[in-house]
Amino acid sequence: MSENKTEILKKTFDEEMEDRPEVLKSYVVPGLPHLLLCPEKKPEWQKLNDAFKKAAAEIEELNPDVILVYSSYWFSVLGHQFQTKENIKWNLVDEEWHELGSIPYEISTDVEFAKENIKAAEKRGLHARPVDYEGFPVDTGSVVALKLLNPKNKFKSSIVSSNVYSDRAETVVLAKSSLDTLKKQNKKAVVILVSSLSNRYLDEPIDYKKPERIHSKKDEEWNLKFLEFLSQGRLEDAAQLSRQFHREARVTKKVVSFKPYWWLSTMMGETNELKGNILEYQAVHGTGAALISFTPNKGKGGGLEFDEDGTEVYKGNRNVL
Amino acid sequence: MGQIVAGLLAPHPPHLVYAENPEQNEPTAECGWEELRWSYERLRESLADIDYDTLVIHSPHWRTQIGTHFLAVDHFKSLSVDPIFPHLFRYNYDLKVDVDLAKKMEAAAKDAGLSTKLMTNPDFRVDYGTIVAGHMIRPEWDKPIVTMSSNGAARYYSMDVMQEQMTTLGKATARAIEESDKKVVLVASHSLSHRHYVIEPNPPEDMSKEHIDHHGQYLWDMKMIELMKAGKTQELFDLIPDFTEATVAETEAGGLSWMLQAMGMKDIKAKVHGYGTVIGTGNAVVEWRV
Repeated sequence: MSENKTEILKKTFDEEMEDRPEVLKSYVVPGLPHLLLCPEKKPEWQKLNDAFKKAAAEIEELNPDVILVYSSYWFSVLGHQFQTKENIKWNLVDEEWHELGSIPYEISTDVEFAKENIKAAEKRGLHARPVDYEGFPVDTGSVVALKLLNPKNKFKSSIVSSNVYSDRAETVVLAKSSLDTLKKQNKKAVVILVSSLSNRYLDEPIDYKKPERIHSKKDEEWNLKFLEFLSQGRLEDAAQLSRQFHREARVTKKVVSFKPYWWLSTMMGETNELKGNILEYQAVHGTGAALISFTPNKGKGGGLEFDEDGTEVYKGNRNVL
Repeated sequence: MGQIVAGLLAPHPPHLVYAENPEQNEPTAECGWEELRWSYERLRESLADIDYDTLVIHSPHWRTQIGTHFLAVDHFKSLSVDPIFPHLFRYNYDLKVDVDLAKKMEAAAKDAGLSTKLMTNPDFRVDYGTIVAGHMIRPEWDKPIVTMSSNGAARYYSMDVMQEQMTTLGKATARAIEESDKKVVLVASHSLSHRHYVIEPNPPEDMSKEHIDHHGQYLWDMKMIELMKAGKTQELFDLIPDFTEATVAETEAGGLSWMLQAMGMKDIKAKVHGYGTVIGTGNAVVEWRV
């Protein structure tokens, strides 16, 4: 066993937590354009928009050096992609919700962070690529989240894609590479995960007269079960349950797993030592849309044993096909 | 009375446009994927003797979950950047839509009980599945197009539900075309087997690295192509769910199913202009004369 590996194994959970870079707070947010373009059209959308305003005010107060965004709406195939364009400007129209209007946006990227994160990801065995192209189609989730959480574009961000084939090991290692980068650059971060809970739409046009509802009772029950964990700050427990949640409450084809919670939990220390706060939970056209925050909260027994341990390095495809 | 004059299986890897080096695309290549590019050359030669008004494209890269959507703005001009391969495809497009036909198709699909929507936002960016197939079939862009989105029924429910929906959509498409005065070429814009490599060679056009992702995919691709060549349309249609399951194929989006149904499920022997792989996926350029 290499000396480095021995050193890693020698560390206690508390020592690992002491050694972590500063993630000030993290948020799970929905990424549907309704909440930005026309929240006033349904009370459920307005409540979520109000929750976004609360979260934006908290972020303003926290004054992070960088906002890290993992969007389940941005798919990649060739490893993970990182936005490295300094000023991203476009006028976005969502492919599903085009009738709600266009979204002109401007996003400032922390290029120094993103480039270093690519190196850190490669060092841990991942395939990572920069994206610095005029007109690159930034996903709706990232645009909606950043427009609502960082409305004046005051804070620089770093957006990373979600690889369609990646499973837990690759996703955990991706988050660790971002933690390496925060530590190396001595930066304080707010972390954003853009994802719905249950993601099944109602298969019908929007009816503005009807109240919103979750697609099915089963989706609703799983959302509430997941939210119970998250409200108690049990993020690593929820992450360990995410395969089950994916099978029960998500459209499961193509994207192999409900990986965003692996990423988020790793960003927050693979622990339950967190304070969870459900700022809002509503249905948006059948999907479960929750806005949740997590704050480090030492002393709640974070060093529990979990079914799956964290992975340090990604070893790549095993060519089993 | 309008008619469908041909149906095409037209794969849309952006690599093909990249390797063609057209003036609309910003990146440039040395060469690459010649089997497929020459297949498209043969297709263009073959189409040269057909008189048609409009290309009607079903694209897996305009993915909608709530029904099928139709482009309904008469002119689009913008930059299309591929989200997976932005280093290969940054294409300045300028195209016209046959809005009249699009509206007829949308109305026919709605009448048949499908959920539909017209896309009327002028800021909308046309998807690269439409643009790559459109460029490779007709680089002059002198024919208007109709693009319809692909519905996520296969993922939401099952391949069987998708097959049923595409049967309804295909028949509705045929009715709308018949009731128009247009001669139409149908395009199912997609590859066959679709497992990608996750690492790209440098340069991307290094053909010494290009091959099918695995032999199982190749066997399935050949089976489907055999059925196309033999004109065994019902068997081909019935095999689409198994084929899709086994090869992660883009038939999941419904393009081929829709097109076969729109052409009336006739036992027409298809002309296979060629087959090749792109970053591990299987792609065939195929033409059915109706």
